[in-house]
Amino acid sequence: MEDLKHEGSAKTPVVEFSSNGELLLKGRSIPENSIEFYKPLIEWLESYSESPNSTTVLSVQLEYFNTSSSKCILDVFKKLESVSGSEITVKWHYEEDDEDMLEAGEDYEAIIDLPFEMIEVEEI
Amino acid sequence: MATTTFDLYNLMERDKVLLAFKGTVTSDLLSSVFQIMESKMEDLNDSPATKKKVFNVLVECLQNLYHHIDDFDNDNAIFETSKGDKKSAIFSISRHDDHYNIVTGNFIYPKNVDEITSKITHINSLDRDQLKAYYKEILGNGKLSEKGGGGLGLIDIAKKSRNKLGYSFKEIDKDYSFFTLIVKILKK
Repeated sequence: MEDLKHEGSAKTPVVEFSSNGELLLKGRSIPENSIEFYKPLIEWLESYSESPNSTTVLSVQLEYFNTSSSKCILDVFKKLESVSGSEITVKWHYEEDDEDMLEAGEDYEAIIDLPFEMIEVEEI
Repeated sequence: MATTTFDLYNLMERDKVLLAFKGTVTSDLLSSVFQIMESKMEDLNDSPATKKKVFNVLVECLQNLYHHIDDFDNDNAIFETSKGDKKSAIFSISRHDDHYNIVTGNFIYPKNVDEITSKITHINSLDRDQLKAYYKEILGNGKLSEKGGGGLGLIDIAKKSRNKLGYSFKEIDKDYSFFTLIVKILKK
């Protein structure tokens, strides 16, 4: 299957979903209409789940996201949760002084049944 | 006596306004405002953590405003009345010694006053841990509306600002009220 790529913009993150199991979401996610933006990501994961790689790593490196995106990001995690036959890890990155972003990651970790790795970085 | 531009200038100077806007809130306008605020804050002597928090809360406040104004569209309300355009809104960002203030104001239907009041009263009654739990509950269970964040906006604003939400309503006439939201963010 084809990889999914989206160049980031002022309101949307970089997306690099590769069929080798390396998935990246990086930058900021603050679009007014996040459903529209996340739809292709969910659809890609749907196809990916048909023959996933033996390991899947979703690396989330977000600087900002709005509440509209927060539900969509949850949907991405839920879709990933439903993928069987792959060892899945979420790497949640947050900047060292950003306790809100760490908290957001912990919220998802509590809701989603996937292993989360919290990674502190100097700058995203 | 009529308010002059100079009066308005003095008022904004006194309130330490960084940016203020009155008019129709569109997606493009918000893009410009976010860009202006980011570059303005870049030059200010506040910590990166403060800047990030202010930007975060600002995005949520202004998108909240954007989605609310949209509501009038769906209801086919008559916007142009003798008292002005009801789709128009106002917002300002001001910077003080130890905190920022983000203020938004928009027209709402009087029938929504009670709902907004009870929502904010509930949010303001929660302590930090309760607010975190409430956010998680709505995130996990709530459905996302067509355009908005499914009711997470105000909770997120309260949670991130670490402050009680300030608000007021002014009855305009039988058809409209004016809703003001005041968010205070302490510098870190």
